[in-house]
Order: sequence, then C-alpha cells, then structure tokens
Amino acid sequence: MAAMTPRSRLNALSEPARQVLFYGLLLLAAFTFILPFIFMTGTAFKPPREVYQLNLIPHQPTTDNFKAVFTQIPIGRAVLNSVLAYGSITVSVLLFSSIVGYALSRLEFRGREFIFNVILLTMMIPGQLLLIPLYLLIVRFHLTDNLLGLILPGMMSAFGIFMFRQTFKTVPQDLIDAARIDGASEFTILTRVLWPLSLPTIITVGIFTFMGGWNDFLWPAIVIREQSLMTLTQLVTVYAIGGQSGGQFGAVMASSLLGVLPMVLVFIVFQRYYLQGIVSTGIKG
Amino acid sequence: MTELSAAPPLPLVMRRKRSNPWGYLFALPYVAHFLVFTAYPLGFALYLTVHRWDIVGNDQPFVGTRNFQKLLRDDLFFTALKNTLIFLAVHVPLQIVVALALAVVLNGPIRFRTFFRTAFFLPYVTSGAVIAIIWTQLYAGDGLLNGFLKVLHLPPQGWLTSTTLAMPSIAIMATWKNVGYYLMIFLAGLQNIPPSLYEEANLNGATGWQRFWYITLPLLNPAMLLVLVLSTIGAFSLFVEPFVMTGGGPVDSTLSVVLLLYRNAFQFLNMGYASTIGVVLALIIFLVTYLQRRVVEQELTY
Repeated sequence: MAAMTPRSRLNALSEPARQVLFYGLLLLAAFTFILPFIFMTGTAFKPPREVYQLNLIPHQPTTDNFKAVFTQIPIGRAVLNSVLAYGSITVSVLLFSSIVGYALSRLEFRGREFIFNVILLTMMIPGQLLLIPLYLLIVRFHLTDNLLGLILPGMMSAFGIFMFRQTFKTVPQDLIDAARIDGASEFTILTRVLWPLSLPTIITVGIFTFMGGWNDFLWPAIVIREQSLMTLTQLVTVYAIGGQSGGQFGAVMASSLLGVLPMVLVFIVFQRYYLQGIVSTGIKG
Repeated sequence: MTELSAAPPLPLVMRRKRSNPWGYLFALPYVAHFLVFTAYPLGFALYLTVHRWDIVGNDQPFVGTRNFQKLLRDDLFFTALKNTLIFLAVHVPLQIVVALALAVVLNGPIRFRTFFRTAFFLPYVTSGAVIAIIWTQLYAGDGLLNGFLKVLHLPPQGWLTSTTLAMPSIAIMATWKNVGYYLMIFLAGLQNIPPSLYEEANLNGATGWQRFWYITLPLLNPAMLLVLVLSTIGAFSLFVEPFVMTGGGPVDSTLSVVLLLYRNAFQFLNMGYASTIGVVLALIIFLVTYLQRRVVEQELTY
C-alpha cells in the first residue's frame, strides 16, 4: 500500500510528462553505464595539464598518450600474443566441443551418460580450487613464460561441449541417416551435415570462449612473467599498477582504451549472439 | 523418438553390441584433457592440503592437518572471509534489484531498446582488470565522483581510502560491471511468462505492483535462483578488483579470500597452505549455494 502514494502521484501527471520522466530516468541510467568509457576515452586524448580537470571532452586533444604507450610497452606484441593464445583456444574449443558433443548426442556407446555427468560436474568446480595445482602442472611441463601454458588448460570447454550436444540433439535423424547411406564417415557427418546447421552455436561458443580468455587477468598473471609474452589485458593492467607508466594518467587511460577496444568491437558486430549465449548458460546452471 | 520408446527393451547383450567405436574415439579428447587438466589437479589440490611445499625444492613433507589448523588460527583468513562476505552482502542484493528493474523496463514497450541494451551490456564484455583501472581514477580523491559531489555541495569521500567504504565501493563497481549479464538472464525469464496471465490479471483489475508481486516474481523463480547462485559464486571469486584498485588495503579491508590465496601461493610460495585455502573456499561455495537452492526452491513449492 505504501507504494500507492508515489504511484497515484505519477498517475496525476499527464501522459507526455510521464513519458519524459520515464525516458529521462532511463537515459540517466544508460549514461551511468557509458560515462566511465567516455571518461577513459576523453582522458586518453588529453594533454598532461588537462588530465586532472573534470572536463570529459579534451579542450586540446592530443595523441601523445598513445605515442607514449607504444614506445613504453610492447603493446602490438601483446595484441599478437592475445590473438595467438585465445585464437588457438577458440579454434580448439570449437573443434573438440563439436566432436565430443557429437559423440554425446548422436553416437551410442557404453559410458556415454557417465561422461556427460562428469562434464556437468566439472562445470560446478570453482576455478580457485584448481588454480594452484594447475600452475604447478604448468611448471612441471616447463611451460611458464610460454603461450602454451595459457593455451593447454583452456583447449577443452565443458560449456562448449554442453552447447554443441544440445544443438546436435535437435538435428533430424533422417539427415544423419541419409548421409550414412551415402557412405559418409562420422567425421564427414560432423563437418558436412552438423556444422553448417549449427552456425549460431559456433559463433556463440566462439565469442564467449574468446572473450573469456581475452579479458582474463589472473591466469596470464600467474603463468607469464616475461613482458614480451604478456597478453594485452595483462600488459595493460601491469602497466597501470606496476609503476612503469610513472603516473602518466593519460597514458594509462590510452592503454586501457586499447585494452577494451577489441572486445567492444566484437560485441558490436556479434551483438545478437550474446543473448543466446547467456540464455544457454542459464540452462547449464 | 516415440518409435524408440515403444520398442521392447533390448537384451543387454544386444545393447552392448550397439556401442559405436566412433563414440569412444570422439569422446577420447575430452577424457584425456579431463584426466590431465581437471582430475589430476583436483587430486593434487587435495594432496597439497596435507603437505608443505615451497615449490623451489623437492621437499614435500607430510604435515597432516597442520594446514587446516593454521587456517583456523589465521586472523587474516577470517578477515578475508569477512571482507568477502561484506562484498557479497552489498553486491548480490544490489545486483538482483538493479538487473531485475532494468530487465522489466527493457521487456516493456520502449523505444531505442537496442541502444539501452547495448549501454547496459557494454561493461560486461570488457575486462574486469581494465574496468578496475578506470574506476580507480573515478574513485580517486580528486576524481570524477568527488567532482560531482562538489558540484552538489556534498563533502568528498575516500571511496577507496576509507576502511569502511572501500569494499562497498568495489561492490558497487562490480555490480555496474556485471549487470548486463544478469539482466539478460532475467530478460529471458520474463519472456517465458505467458502474456495471457497478465491479460487475465488486468481484467481482474490488478495494479502494476500486484502484477509484479503475484505473477512476475513467482514465475521468475528459476531465473532468480540462477542469478542468486551465479552472483554468489562470482562474489566468492573476488580477486582482480582489489588486486588492481587497493592491493587489499587500506589495512586489509579489501583483502578477499582469493587474494589471500594468491599471496600465499605466489608471494610466500606456500603451496600447501594456499591450496588449503582453495579447498576450504570451494567447500564454503558448495555449502552456501546448496543452501540457496534449498531455500529459494522451497519458496517455489510452498
């Protein structure tokens, strides 16, 4: 009942006034979500004397901060490292998730349900539990300061297998039987029949795998110490907090901008697949 | 499918015959990866809890329950646990309220839906570490946030320098960062509610609030449970934000459990004790999320 008072007051407003109020509040909320990005971008283009002023748009924009970043840290190399490491992981996850997902959804064999239950169980293991033994394993393999140390643990994804299994389950059996009668091998059925029918799943699993890796800081921070092998997210973070930026706040924001830009672009291009991906993680939980 | 279930059950021998060797071959990569990168580390994590190892030498003496005893006497562990729970207490309810409110708005008949959805989702796709770098500056003494307060003639706050304010400040940032993700889960849940229910309620003269309390909220229970459990797991995993923004300070007031684990492992090279912290944290996560499932699901079936 307490809610009635403001509500009746709202009702007393004319319809256009209510609309203005509603969209005004919504715009304010949206602005709150974009503001830190505007602040970062504005500061990245500010000359040093403007950096501590609160104007969002620089009065005299400069690219000096970006020049400083490019001369002080190997940021191009970091982009390459990230693309190599997380590109490999993404390709591997897509390939193996679809292979295993095919076996779990379409091939009869003993132990299938057991393997699927193990996969569901592994999705519930908190990452911190495996952090230390996984690091010790990488040390034992002599893969610290090696991109393989980033890649190997991430090559398989329970989430990816789950997604492909669900997708392949919906493919009509007739299509698979027809291919078998034509003499197609199981691998051909996967690549020629199932893959072309699963494009949304391929894109969804692909972007979530790539994004999850790209944005990760903890695992690279543990495995990689050598600056020339750092991932972009790692290098940008180390630059900001490790003192190498020498407190040049504009340069820190410039490197941050470079750090988030790739994922923002991927998001803009593939926007509609993100919703699908999250709804599917919902099923998983 | 109906044909299959209608068929009489095959004798066991025949069923075994139907095992497709390709099935084993295709499942093999997963099994191999699982054994090396999940099962073995899991076993080794448990092994480490009853051993001491500084990683430099080969010496791994058995210490029994000494790591667990140390944990129970470690004031820092309880400080870290308390801090993590403060983070959770601010973050989880705030996350649910904000994400649900925005989802309800986005589910309604609004203009520029794509623009608003993109805006709310943007922080989620970007790196938490970089977001933390940006917010460190927004929260700074002479930063944007205190600039706003000044305009409003309010006193400036030590967002990250006050022992009482630092953790809530980090929790607010984390909520801002993840709202897009949870909003999408709620949105999917909202879209599963049949519109006919609302139409019927309208005919019976229900107000907007009544529709929300008696239709939307109960039918959103699965989404609510999911958001509750996932944001709780996320809260217990808190690491990169304090690592970047405060280093655990001031006076350990933002030291999280995972940050403590990280310090013990990679600064003090105390692998056995760090692993013990990891195992205990995992047990706490299992326990808390299990209780959440029990309580929230009970409400559904009352």
